[in-house]
Amino acid sequence: MNASLQVPWQAEVVSRVQETPSVFTLGLKLDDPAAPAPYRFAPGQFNMLYLYGVGEVPVSVVSDPEHDDEIQHTVRAVGRVTHGLEALRPGDRIGLRGPFGRGWPLEAAAGRDLLLVTGGLGCAPVVSVINYVMQRRERFGRLAIVQGVKHMDDLIWRERYEAWSGRPDTEVQLAADVAGSGWNWHVGLVTDLFDRLTMPIDQALVMLCGPEPMMIAAIRRLLELGVTPESIWLSMERNMQCAVGLCGHCQYGKDFLCRQGPVFNYPEISGRLGVKGF
Amino acid sequence: MAVNATSPVRRGFLPREAFDTLLRALDGAGYDCIGPRVDADAILYREVSAGADLPQGMEETQAPGQYRLRETGTPRCFAWACGPQALKPHLFAPREPLWRSERDSEGRLQFRSTAPEPRPLAVIGVRACDLAALALQDQHFLRAGSTDPYYARRREGLFLVAVNCTHPAATCFCVSTGDGPQAGDDCDLVLDELDDGYAVRAASSKGETIAQQLPLQAVTEAQQAQIDREREAASTAQSRAMPAGNLREHLFNAWEHPRWAQVAERCLSCGNCTSVCPTCFCHQQVDVPTLDGSSATHYREWDSCFTQNHSYIHGITLRPDTRSRYRQWLTHKLGSWHDQYGRSGCVGCGRCLTWCPVGIDITEEVSALLKEAGT
Repeated sequence: MNASLQVPWQAEVVSRVQETPSVFTLGLKLDDPAAPAPYRFAPGQFNMLYLYGVGEVPVSVVSDPEHDDEIQHTVRAVGRVTHGLEALRPGDRIGLRGPFGRGWPLEAAAGRDLLLVTGGLGCAPVVSVINYVMQRRERFGRLAIVQGVKHMDDLIWRERYEAWSGRPDTEVQLAADVAGSGWNWHVGLVTDLFDRLTMPIDQALVMLCGPEPMMIAAIRRLLELGVTPESIWLSMERNMQCAVGLCGHCQYGKDFLCRQGPVFNYPEISGRLGVKGF
Repeated sequence: MAVNATSPVRRGFLPREAFDTLLRALDGAGYDCIGPRVDADAILYREVSAGADLPQGMEETQAPGQYRLRETGTPRCFAWACGPQALKPHLFAPREPLWRSERDSEGRLQFRSTAPEPRPLAVIGVRACDLAALALQDQHFLRAGSTDPYYARRREGLFLVAVNCTHPAATCFCVSTGDGPQAGDDCDLVLDELDDGYAVRAASSKGETIAQQLPLQAVTEAQQAQIDREREAASTAQSRAMPAGNLREHLFNAWEHPRWAQVAERCLSCGNCTSVCPTCFCHQQVDVPTLDGSSATHYREWDSCFTQNHSYIHGITLRPDTRSRYRQWLTHKLGSWHDQYGRSGCVGCGRCLTWCPVGIDITEEVSALLKEAGT
């Protein structure tokens, strides 16, 4: 590895969207003579974003891999670095290194029906796939998007989900554990939604992202519904600091999430998933 | 001169009073030289410029939670087992800058790698266990296609003078892990110490070049017999052992074993074991801005899986208690390491026993976990 994968490039914030009170999307443009042009990544991969003088965080890329103008990251302000990133505005500079890790199995997905399941706010890695598929609709079969949140106010990009639901061969099911007025989707768990899909899912390739308990519950139900384990893929999260398989924080049993993951085929990790301590 | 099939590997006896010729040859070849010295009541690698700097006449006693030096009057300089410090800090630095960022008045950032440009380093007195550990750290930091430049630059200029161990400590178990007490060929020179000097063997072409400059005498039959006896004695002296074979399945099957909670009652989660372990590689990254805000340095520094932050992820600590942290350490070291690097991550140096403030013995914990496993 040359030092550049361990040293950031400068990136300029070129756009900023407040998605919810605590979630925002930064559009970045690499602005460093040492940076690769064009910058290329695969949906499901992540970058390390560096806030000057504070530190780095891993964030998955949500924009389209062939969209050269902006590299977009959707971030929830939760810690020191992300609260600092929240305050950035267009024209500000940050550091970026990446992309890192293994993304979604888009070649295996070609020609197949896709079921994309997301939970809570951890939906950015799957949204990158939705965007990818929407831009290349002819390469894939039917598409079902299933998203669950605790509270209806946690749902970001509701307009996008509603717009996607109107696209051909595409269906969207949303659920909120807690809902109020103005929620005309399901009230309950994300796992309830599989039965509501018209697309037969037992032949689909499934991509999951979200809190581990939600993914575990979803996988259990999917297996009952006849989905094969090999057809299930999921994106995992752990502490990441170096992103190049050296620092040891993201170890998940034998795997370094930043190298072997963050996207795994379910059989690769089925023995560890949900076991406390991994 | 390169070693080839027709040139015999240089081997001979270096009288003790000629030891400084080795240091001079290394100095002449451009190496900074470190070797064992008594410092802070322990034997540590420090700069050496003469044989007189070595810990002649010193031996040590080690036990779980205990390390004591004592003077015995022996003429020997290497009559000790490994001290707290392995080769690790000389290659994988305890704290080092990775890059520096500078911010101008308009907020533009400039990043600059701070990869080191070290002088070549020769280390005298390396033990077989530490050579095995070095090979493991090499696998981690010099992985094909993703070499860590910070480690690599130090590794490139390293010259290793191994000394076969004749005084294993009570905490040593390198025989059971297959890593000692005799050094193999993953070094440049190998020494066997006798009362009046050293049998020297070149293990690399770099070592051969240095050995050529030494006033070597023939090794006598009596000397060789003495070396063989001491080697044999060092191998049979070890009373501790790590259970043989790949323990991965056993340990992961023992994931809910009650022993984890028992060891957690004694373990202070202090991280001493991971600091002294010659193979532990975990590190964290921290950013340190200057007071005037014009620049920041991004460091990496040793971290430990025994800390709260090691498994932190957006508001949650995934391994919140000592039980789960000790289990992570042990199952990684003796289990997952086989998948990652093709062998156990333990080389039997015994440091984690000696430097554990409460004397937890990894061999005893593993035996207990295996004996009562099958939950």
